[in-house]
Amino acid sequence: MWKTRIIALSILALGVWAGAHVYTTEVEGTNPFRLGLDLSGGSYLVYQADVSKLEGEDIGDSMDSLRDVIERRINAFGVAEPNVQTEVHSIGIEGEEHRLIVELPGVTDIDEAIELIGQTPELEFKIENPELNTLVLNAQINGVLTTLESTTDEQEMLALAQEIQDLESTRYISSSLTGAYLKKAQLQFSQAGAGSFQSQPMVGISFDDEGSKLFEEITSENVGKTIAIFLDGQLVSAPMVNGAISGGQAVIEGNFDIEEAKTLVGRLNSGALPIPISLISTSSIGPSLGQDAVASGVFAGIVGIVLVALILILWYRLPGLIAVLALGIYTAFMLWMFKFIPVTLTSAGIAGFIISIGIAVDANILIFERMKEELASGKRIYEAVSLGFTRAWDSIRDANVSSIISAIILFWFGTALIKGFALTFGLGILLSMFTAVTFTRLVLLGLVSKEPQSKIMRFLYMSGIKK
Amino acid sequence: MHIIKNKKIFIGISLALVVSSILAISIRGLSYGIDFTGGAITEISYLETPDINEIKSNLASASIDAQVQAIGETGVVIKTKELNEEQRKTIATLVVDPYEGASIDRYNSIGPSVGKELRTKSLYALILVSLGIVLFIAYAFRKISEPISSWKYGFVAVITLLHDILIPVGILTLLGVEIDTLYVVGLLSILGLSVNDTIVVFDRIREQLSEQKEQDFDKLVGDAIYQTIARSLFTSLTLIAVLLALYVVGPDATQNLSLVLLLGTIVGTYSSMFLASPLLTSLVSKKGTQ
Repeated sequence: MWKTRIIALSILALGVWAGAHVYTTEVEGTNPFRLGLDLSGGSYLVYQADVSKLEGEDIGDSMDSLRDVIERRINAFGVAEPNVQTEVHSIGIEGEEHRLIVELPGVTDIDEAIELIGQTPELEFKIENPELNTLVLNAQINGVLTTLESTTDEQEMLALAQEIQDLESTRYISSSLTGAYLKKAQLQFSQAGAGSFQSQPMVGISFDDEGSKLFEEITSENVGKTIAIFLDGQLVSAPMVNGAISGGQAVIEGNFDIEEAKTLVGRLNSGALPIPISLISTSSIGPSLGQDAVASGVFAGIVGIVLVALILILWYRLPGLIAVLALGIYTAFMLWMFKFIPVTLTSAGIAGFIISIGIAVDANILIFERMKEELASGKRIYEAVSLGFTRAWDSIRDANVSSIISAIILFWFGTALIKGFALTFGLGILLSMFTAVTFTRLVLLGLVSKEPQSKIMRFLYMSGIKK
Repeated sequence: MHIIKNKKIFIGISLALVVSSILAISIRGLSYGIDFTGGAITEISYLETPDINEIKSNLASASIDAQVQAIGETGVVIKTKELNEEQRKTIATLVVDPYEGASIDRYNSIGPSVGKELRTKSLYALILVSLGIVLFIAYAFRKISEPISSWKYGFVAVITLLHDILIPVGILTLLGVEIDTLYVVGLLSILGLSVNDTIVVFDRIREQLSEQKEQDFDKLVGDAIYQTIARSLFTSLTLIAVLLALYVVGPDATQNLSLVLLLGTIVGTYSSMFLASPLLTSLVSKKGTQ
């Protein structure tokens, strides 16, 4: 008896703690709910990658480097918590489709978002500008550098840095060789020779037939000079040409460590194996629309819970009150899980949660109706409570298992929106089995004694029974 | 006992509703939203109530074929075919830039391949969920073979499922509600709720069968319905309360979802009492085991 009461009280205390924790972290903003783009505002872009020119085994790597490149571009613009991922779709469409999904929270201007992502990564091989007067350029750069050192204004510093970059880029002019001719880049290691214990990582590149010819031409014309490799307009490396290179094979040596070399390989491959991407789906939601949705979603949740509480208490009296308590604990635990798993909340997810409230209550209704039947047949309260739970359990279990089956299929199969719904719905059903069954049972059994009952107890338990 | 005695009437009502739903669907056709067909939606908010006709003529001047609807006091929704970059920008210059303080609240463009994928996936999901549920019921009732075999419970559950889906879809088609992803989520939840209700009554029948085998099956089913009627009504009542809250004060985005579920709950409650179990007794009579 006391054991039952203590366990019930501990669960209640845990529920209160969870609720308080949810409340304080939300008010203080230390761990706010994670809101999906539809609620927080932002852009969601889906690109289709054209992988038709790639070999099967290269697709995964190329998609990865594509993702890395785009992630870098977005990070460069300081978007908070962007999400870039690749997906393969094969159900419901012809063949396979490789997609790149970009989520940009807070970026509500679709033009800005699309510009951020830009087009295919661009790899260029540039040669030294023959008309360049290095002395003049160096003097110019030094001049700008002096100004840069003496300024403190941030705007001006940025402008000057850009100026230096522009000047630097005049050192090289475009050649006809671009990433379109590069077949592959791969990580290589120099042979560890006598006197050196470690092999040095290098980047090997190979061109296709036409590229090989161009490369041979360019290298033969530029012996003793550097060839600059630019990716997205940024200088990656500028190896020195030691002699004409035929056969389309080259090695970029540099002071790389393995990580840097790997990154370069990835970047070269993403430029070398251009995966053209095209925008197939866009969605952007302004911040005000999202705020409205959160506010009205929360309000609907509160109204729903209050209505359910009224129905339960008016019809089932004391057990109803306990069911409402269980519902409160259920809500506190759910919200706590949303924060700390964490679950990204979308409007569909909130709907799933609100509907799961209905299912949680159903378990209690099944139990209470069963209890009333047992009471009506003349059983004592304690017995009636135990029997009510035992007998209702089969129905609750079967009904919930079928709901969980639906949730799993939806989660496994659905699009992002449906997944959000299935997740909160499924979590809700699992948790409700605990709060609506275990907790309510502990409290109800803890409240009644096995001894003969008072009239008040009978009134509190037996609504709608005339006996 | 009345429900089983008058089962022809109740089954008849269900049949009539299903037939008229099918008629409504086939005559009016299902209207898919852009999620499924591909297309674009632009939602714009203005400082003052906009002149819809002016916006329409602005768009027409650039020969953009669009449906324009007012939303709320100062908002407008523009539905078009899928837009390319240029067309999207044209819309902005035509109906946003000329108005001070106007801004695009929501823009959603979905390519035809994404739409097609979603359509197929939704259909697969519906079929898979139904299949999963039927298999589960056949399993959960595997110990029962008298007076009817356990797979017939599963069969009746599927008929009830179809009934519970078709009637809301029929009504929503008449109301002109567009089918989007959340609509499908709603239908899928109806599957779950409908089976919940059906299982609760079947479960009672199962229990009665194991306790008192000698009883007449029709009477036993009738008793099971009456014993679960309070639960069915109260569960529906609480669900309806929650859904009404979601529909009336909830976000616009989930309004159709709650409407789908409201209809599903009402039809599902009816069918668990007046369709599923009476059908079960019909299966016995035909077999002639009584």
